[in-house]
This record gives sequence, C-alpha cells and structure tokens, in this order.
Amino acid sequence: MIKSSDMARKALLWAIVVGPLFLVTIVTAQDSIDTSIAGDSLASAAATVVDSLDSLAAEMANVEDTAPPAEDTTEAAVVAESSFRYDRINAAILVLVFSAAILIFTRWARQGKELFLRKIPGLEAVEEAVGRATEMGRPVLYVPGIAELDEIETIAGISILGRVAKITAQYETPLMVPVRYPLVLAAGQEVVEQAYIEMGKKDAYDKDMVRYVAGEQFAFTANVNGYMMRERPATNIYMGAFFAESLLLAETGNAAGSIQIAGTARPEQLPFFIAACDYTLMGEELYAASAYLSKEPIMLGGLKGQDFVKMLIVIGIVIGVILVALGYGDSYMQLFQSV
Amino acid sequence: MKTSFPVAVAFLTGMALVVSFFFREGTLVGDLSKNLKIWLTIVGGFTLLLGVVSITRVNWAGVKRQKSGWGYKLLTLVSIFVMAIPSILPASWSPLFGRAEGSIYDWLFTYLDSPMMATMFATLAFYIASAAYRAFRARTVESTILLLVATIVMLWRVPMGEAFLNLFPGDLPGFLNAFVMNGANLAVQRGIIIGAALGAASMSLRIILGIERTYMGKG
Repeated sequence: MIKSSDMARKALLWAIVVGPLFLVTIVTAQDSIDTSIAGDSLASAAATVVDSLDSLAAEMANVEDTAPPAEDTTEAAVVAESSFRYDRINAAILVLVFSAAILIFTRWARQGKELFLRKIPGLEAVEEAVGRATEMGRPVLYVPGIAELDEIETIAGISILGRVAKITAQYETPLMVPVRYPLVLAAGQEVVEQAYIEMGKKDAYDKDMVRYVAGEQFAFTANVNGYMMRERPATNIYMGAFFAESLLLAETGNAAGSIQIAGTARPEQLPFFIAACDYTLMGEELYAASAYLSKEPIMLGGLKGQDFVKMLIVIGIVIGVILVALGYGDSYMQLFQSV
Repeated sequence: MKTSFPVAVAFLTGMALVVSFFFREGTLVGDLSKNLKIWLTIVGGFTLLLGVVSITRVNWAGVKRQKSGWGYKLLTLVSIFVMAIPSILPASWSPLFGRAEGSIYDWLFTYLDSPMMATMFATLAFYIASAAYRAFRARTVESTILLLVATIVMLWRVPMGEAFLNLFPGDLPGFLNAFVMNGANLAVQRGIIIGAALGAASMSLRIILGIERTYMGKG
C-alpha cells in the first residue's frame, strides 16, 4: 500500500516539474491587480531570507536600505501589471531550490545513508529533566508559546509536546500544559492523548492536562506564574512563540527552583531565556527539535537539506562581499531586492 | 483515513498558500491566502466555546473539591461570567449591557482589566533587574566582556549616560552604534533570523509533504 507521505512527495515533485507551466497558464489567464498580501510560512520564510540578504547587501554597499519604488498609478501601468508577482521571483527560486534540497536529502535518508547531526544539549536534557520531575514527585510544566495555531512556532511547540508527553506517560509524571487559544487547546489535547495511547497509558491521560487558562497575554502569564509558585513543578519547558512574558515566566520558574528548557525563534526574546533558563534552543533548533527527538532518518533528511541551503546562502554572502568590495556588486545585489 | 485525510488537507492548503504568495490580491489565486485566513478566524471563533468549557471545568472541579487556592478558582469563574454575560446581552435592554461606553463590560475592562495587565507588564522591570544581575556576573572572560559592553550600551541608551560618554575623547556613541549595535549585534541577529526562517520553511515543507505528522500526535 502506498503511504500518503509518498503520494504527497510525488505530488510535490510533479508540482515542481509541471508547476511553472501551470503558473504561466494562470498568469496569462488573469490580469486583475491589487496590492500584495502575505503568504504562508514557507513562502514568507523564503521572503524573510531574501529580505535579510537584501538588507545585508544594501549595508555592504554602504547605502540606505532599498526603498520600494514609487507605485505607478497610471491606468496604462495598472493594466500592464501582471497578476503574477514577478518581484517575488527570487523567493520562488529559493522555495524551489529549498524544496529540491529537502526532497533529495530525505530520499538519501530513506535509502539508509548515514546523516550526521550535531548534538543539541537542550533536547538531550529533556528526558533527564522529566526524570528529575519523576524522582521529585512533581509535575512537568509545558508552555507551547502564547501564539495562535497559525504560527509555525506554535506548531513546532505542539510537535515537541507530543515527544515530551510520551516521556511523561512512560514515567507516569504529571503534565500540565496551559494554553492561550482554544485551537491550540484542541491540538494540544489531541497530541497528548495520542502520546499516552501510544505508550499504552491511556488510563493515565487526563483531558485537563492541557487546559485553556486565559486569552489575555498577562492574565495567562499571571495564571502560569501562580501555578509555578503554588505547585513548584520540577521541570518547565517553554517551546514556541513568546513575547514580553518570556522573562516573567522564566524568572518565576527560576525562583521556583525548576530546571528550565526554552526554545523560541524570536531573537528579541532569546536573551531573556538564555539569562533565566538552563538550556535554550535558538531559532532553527526549535524547528529541528521534533525531527531530532524522533531520530527518524526521513525527518532528519529535512534537517540536512536545510543545512545545505544554509551553506548555499553563506556562499552567496561571501560572493556578495567579494563583488561589492571589488565594486561589481550592483547587479548581484539586485538579485536580492526586497520582496 | 484518520491520517491520510489531514495529510491531504495539509498538502492542498499548504500548496495553495505557497502559490498564493506569488500572486496579487484581487486574483483568484492571490486571494486564496486571505480567504483561508478568514476561515481560520471562523473556525477559531467556534472553538472559543472549547476554551470556556475547559476553563469552567478545571476551575469548578477545584472549587468543588476545595483544593488549595480554590478561592482564586472561584474568583476566576465569577470574573468570566460577570464580564461575559452582560457583554453579550443586547444594549437595547439596558445601557449596562453590551460593550459600549458606560456598560458593565466597559467599566470592568477600563478599571480592572487594563490596570491589572499594566501592572503585570510593569513588574517586568524587576524581573529584568534580577535576570541581568545573574547574566552579568563576571565569572569568566566572556561574561566579563559581556558585562563591560552591556554596561556601556546601557549607559549610552539614557541621555545622561550619553552625555557622560561624550566627555571621553573620540566618538564613543558613534563607535557603539556602528560596531556594537549595527555590527556584532545585528550580524548575530541576522544569523538567527536566517536560520529560523530556513527552519520554519523546512518544517512547513515537512508538514506539507506529510513527513512531519507530530502535530497530529503521530510519528
């Protein structure tokens, strides 16, 4: 029987091959226009990379960050404008290269090729931290961020929750997962229940392990901080999108004497977690966590593909530095014009 | 079927959103992203009831068993219903209902909810002080460098400190701006942002392709 993931991969390969033809057909069939909107995380992540490279390129040339050209509002210009965002073609190329790299490395992983991954101490410590809670007879607190389920960081947090729940199920350690959005509540309950079923501990599962505590950012924080000071969980794990409450949570956990592991992709919150937590997953490590903890070769292939593209970006930056230093960087920089 | 259907939905919606990113709003394809986000809001609205049920069940169980801190749980329940019920009743019945100015909801929001949120946020200053004390202890060479640089940057960020730094020869604030904030600091931030963006893209792709199913509790 063909697995659904195989079908999905074949469909994507098909899309990569036939996709451009399909896009051209749509472009020629449509000519209405308007301003741009944000896309999904894959496309917008590619845009973020291109944007960062654009800013970097602008700075290397010692010029102001490239401002978007003034919009031509004449009727002729509006009619001539295509429905396809040609200004985002650089992001489209990055998406295709990235997708191809992930697929190739995933294929190699499926074929049994050895893939080396560096150790991530924060993830290595998860089992040890849950074990500590078990020995102390105290609960594990897991906060999957405070953002809605449409944030990829929240999805990463929910994915890691599944792994943590398997360990708490195995050791029969109490688990508490406060959430801020009902959609995250539904996803979190499903993931934790599934983890307990897989570990053969369905009876130990309590629906209220994952609970909605408040919709307001600081009401949520006050509730979780109160829980930490009253129940004194032995282990606090924060994985997902955090904002101003990051330090309030982490410092309270520190004061309560908990071992703390945090992970977020938001650079502005990382210093707070680094200062107050025992282990911190930075940026990409958060997204790598579920694959890393699963140890499944097929998932690890995705991480290697990501590393490969990162290497291409570093090479691109080095080439840019050399070209700009020699005074030939203008055309090269235009490749990374902000989208 | 329980796994295949969500994977198929994830693939179709994921691909639709990727393609939508490259089209202008106002086109069939370009509007896909906007329309799917509207659907997410609608689904999210329905799930709000799940949240109310969860918070009521958890807190009511605590009150019934008189567990430690049950008074707070009772207060939570009372607060939810005192704030929610008058806000959903039609304002035509009484000026105290609804969410307009002068209503019970408005009064509670303005004079209780907002000040409490502001208080919680304000306590951040104390937490920053205690975290900074721990982070900036000069135990190693690296932490001593961090301490020195952080002290100078913090000084530079307040007017009196900037005036003090200007007393020294050379353009110290200019140096801090060019080499510390826009140099080392920005370079590290960009590295993290690019890595995080690639990580997000990689995870998105794994989800779209059905490789990553941990968000459904599988695998």
